[in-house]
Amino acid sequence: MYQTNYHRPSSVQEAVKLIGGAAEGKYLAGGMTLIATMKQRLAAPSDLVDLRHIAELKGITVNGRSVRIGAATTHHDVASSAELEAVCPAICALASHIGDPHVRHMGTIGGSIANNDPAADYPAAMLALDATIVTNSRQIAAADFFTGLFETALDDGEIITAITFDAPAKAAYQKFPNPASRYAMAGVFVARRDNGEVRVAVTGAGSNGVFRHQGMEAALAGNWSPDAVGNISVDASDLLTDLHASAAYRAKLIKVMTKRAVAAA
Amino acid sequence: MGVEGIGARVARKEDKRFLTGKGRYTDDMSVPGMKYAVFVRSPHAHAKIKSIDATAAKAMPGVIDVLDGKQLTADGIGNLICGWMIHSKDGSPMRMGAWRPLADETVRYVGDAVAVVVADSVNEARDAAEAVIVDYDPLPVVTDPVKALADGQPQLHPEAPNNMIFDWELGDAAATDAAIAAAAHVTEVKILNNRLSPNAMEPRAALGIYDSGDDHYTCYTTSQNPHLARLVMSAFYNVAPENKLRVIAPDVGGGFGSKIYIYPEEIVCLWASKRTGVPVKWTCDRTEAFLTDAHGRDHVSTVKMAFDSANKITALKVDTIANLGAYMSLFSSCVPTYLYATLLSGQYDIPAIHANVRTVYTNTAPVDAYRGAGRPEATYLLERTMETAARELGLSPAELRRINFIRSFPHQTPVIMNYDAGDYEASLNAAMAAADWDGFAARKEEAERRGMKRGIGMSCYIEACGLAPSSAVGSLGAGVGLWESAEVRVNAVGTIEVMTGSHSHGQGHETTFAQLVADRFGVPIDSVNIVHGDTDKVQMGMGTYGSRSGAVGMSAVAKALDKVEAKAKKIAAHLMEADESDIVIENGELKVAGTDKSVPWFQMALAAYTAHNLPAGMEPGLKEGAFYDPSNFTFPAGCYICEVEVDPDTGQTEIIQFVAADDFGNIINPMIVEGQVHGGLAQGIGQALLEGVHYDPENGQLLTASYMDYAMPRADDLPSFKVSTSNTPCPNNPLGVKGCGEAGAIGSPPALINAITDAIGNNALTMPATPEKVWAAAHAAN
Repeated sequence: MYQTNYHRPSSVQEAVKLIGGAAEGKYLAGGMTLIATMKQRLAAPSDLVDLRHIAELKGITVNGRSVRIGAATTHHDVASSAELEAVCPAICALASHIGDPHVRHMGTIGGSIANNDPAADYPAAMLALDATIVTNSRQIAAADFFTGLFETALDDGEIITAITFDAPAKAAYQKFPNPASRYAMAGVFVARRDNGEVRVAVTGAGSNGVFRHQGMEAALAGNWSPDAVGNISVDASDLLTDLHASAAYRAKLIKVMTKRAVAAA
Repeated sequence: MGVEGIGARVARKEDKRFLTGKGRYTDDMSVPGMKYAVFVRSPHAHAKIKSIDATAAKAMPGVIDVLDGKQLTADGIGNLICGWMIHSKDGSPMRMGAWRPLADETVRYVGDAVAVVVADSVNEARDAAEAVIVDYDPLPVVTDPVKALADGQPQLHPEAPNNMIFDWELGDAAATDAAIAAAAHVTEVKILNNRLSPNAMEPRAALGIYDSGDDHYTCYTTSQNPHLARLVMSAFYNVAPENKLRVIAPDVGGGFGSKIYIYPEEIVCLWASKRTGVPVKWTCDRTEAFLTDAHGRDHVSTVKMAFDSANKITALKVDTIANLGAYMSLFSSCVPTYLYATLLSGQYDIPAIHANVRTVYTNTAPVDAYRGAGRPEATYLLERTMETAARELGLSPAELRRINFIRSFPHQTPVIMNYDAGDYEASLNAAMAAADWDGFAARKEEAERRGMKRGIGMSCYIEACGLAPSSAVGSLGAGVGLWESAEVRVNAVGTIEVMTGSHSHGQGHETTFAQLVADRFGVPIDSVNIVHGDTDKVQMGMGTYGSRSGAVGMSAVAKALDKVEAKAKKIAAHLMEADESDIVIENGELKVAGTDKSVPWFQMALAAYTAHNLPAGMEPGLKEGAFYDPSNFTFPAGCYICEVEVDPDTGQTEIIQFVAADDFGNIINPMIVEGQVHGGLAQGIGQALLEGVHYDPENGQLLTASYMDYAMPRADDLPSFKVSTSNTPCPNNPLGVKGCGEAGAIGSPPALINAITDAIGNNALTMPATPEKVWAAAHAAN
């Protein structure tokens, strides 16, 4: 790791000020990717501004079916929240399978979506739940937030403060893990609203990151059952091929994970 | 056996320090004035070094010096060697290219060391290493061993045209070909054995300390055989003569073969310590480990197995190409030859065998012994072929094996080995009973109703352990003898120290070796200390690999115990005025048989050291040493059965049950043996399902350089193992033991692949059987 300056602000305002004064500053939201990257000497921020000790960024609030999760809430806290479990157990289940216990006690939801790793789990949930990403300066719809591999709509210095969404009638997440990293090789989050609207969001497989699959959404809106996606074809041309899985295999997995998610929802 | 003697399930003495973080590993060592080394490594798989400019690096904060290969060469440090000479079938010696500890002209794989930075801190050394400017002239690259042999490919070493190191054969080609021509059935298979990274929990490390006052070197290092390291560094690398070099391998966190070899880094740390005048420590990081630890396996083979009309094997013909990487590592030449082809008879009576092995240089990390070393490659090839043949012949896998088992011993195979004892059908029957083989059809049907494909597969393995009779290995090209030594020192108060040349890096020697002593003298194991891993403390030794510590290392201890026992009885007889032939040792006392006379063990020991009242002419003291040279290999064998369910939608394999029925001969500590089998199975299952080293064939970059891409087995990949042992004692060593360290890794891969191919109905599947490969093979079958 290269030398860096560590800062621990106690407010969002202070954090923004610190990052503005740094030559090449980075927010530290949990560090489960950033610290590993720095240890490999692949990232060399001049300053780290730690967001994990800002009280206003933490905590989960549920009002009726309206959910707000503070950006610095750990995966463990999401996984084990009884209030959240009562309205949207799918997101608790998703969080309970991120990484390992160490990662779940350090990593945060804000950090994960700001990083937008193409194989991360949360981006699929955000898209399928039609979540809003709340920052210190604005509100961004999930559909506009994830713009490419490790790319988001965040401006320099902008901080995610919370994510909000209305709990769906039914939802579930199923992932097929990469045998080595256990990141999603294909992860599918399905959500169905009371009005019958369905969203199917896919992570781990797209060559440009998380995406929605309109064909399956339409089929499931018409018939909310695993069998409904049987005849839908998943186009492999925009999917990733790497050491672990070809695009064609990922296309197959997307369908299987979608079926299983619908069955589990 | 007593509560702590041979056969007792004693908890491991060493685990207290390991589990409480009190283990002392090489990286824990700290000496005054110690500085840190970081290596500058080649980012190219093949390139000429045009120049190295360390001017900027040397000026950086904390930097003491930057040293390169030209300085190393100028100081007379020798090439790394391969210690086993193999001759090609035309009689020519193997074609070994030069391996410099720091490359001075050419780099041949990504990670090849070209310079070393010594600095006050690791971080400063890293910063400076990045500032060393190496001007490379990249050369074309070849990583595939089959391709590397073809004409017109990049050439790694001028000594080895077409990259071929040797073209070696074993067995009778004419008899084999004739039997194949006359066969009722011939099974032909192509077998790939995937390349593996060893992944010991503790990465390699070295601390070189040069004392200018005494002109003496000390090397702490992660070694499975510190005496061998000292010998090789003295005799071949010109680091220092043996009497001026002390090598200490303290606690070592796993080896699996990868810590047998002497690598460039420990040589460079010792040399750099003298050059810079400070102790120099290097600790490998995980990426460096993936890049530079010697890899395992990497064979491409074609097989023909011939049968007569009664389904009896009449011949086996094997052609293997083995990738040895960019340089010949210490034992690399014997692994795909004498540790491989000599086991191709397996558990079967095969009249004619011929194996041809070509070894090849490629622009990849060196390949050498990894848990099992040659024997997993032989077993996988043979047991996949047997399974294929059973399917082709319409026989059950058990039936085909029963028809062909060797049933009388000793048995001379056509490929050197003389099997001394075994009962292969006993292991087969035990495994089939434990697996409820007969109930499989019903379980398959039940799985089918759930939409799952269930399969079952077996593997009957044999291995050769207890390396090895020195004269035999000498005649086959080994550069060293493979005996072991021990010294037993009884202190004046009766406590006992055992100095052994075996080295424990996870095997539990501090417990099992103490059990041997406790069993002999009836003393508690707490009064017995096992001393190993230090060339100043232990007389000499050949170290631990090839499951040799029990069969060879403990046999040496047993021999020394014989001498101690004889002298102790003489002393006791003298003290009690009895005949020494009447003395028996029980429960820590020396007794006169049939009387109530006895002398406590400690009192006899005290008498030996006070020497006030010893038999006339007897030397004082009680300390005896022995060297033990085995008369044969040992032959552990067994049967493994694996049952799987494959999800046809995803290709995901779940291991439903894994049964291991092993014959390890006599067992010192069943709990430790079970642990060794569990660990071996985890590694074998890792090879079969998950692990595989991948290089980019275009540029030789290592694609699996971290755990993000190299899949290690985890607890949830593995079932709860059903293990059992049977026992045909080894007749060729005093303890009747055979060795158990590698069996799990040897026997398990074919059982698993046989089970998956049974489940999916397609025999064409290579390791690792990743979900995508299994899914594709399952769909190709339908």
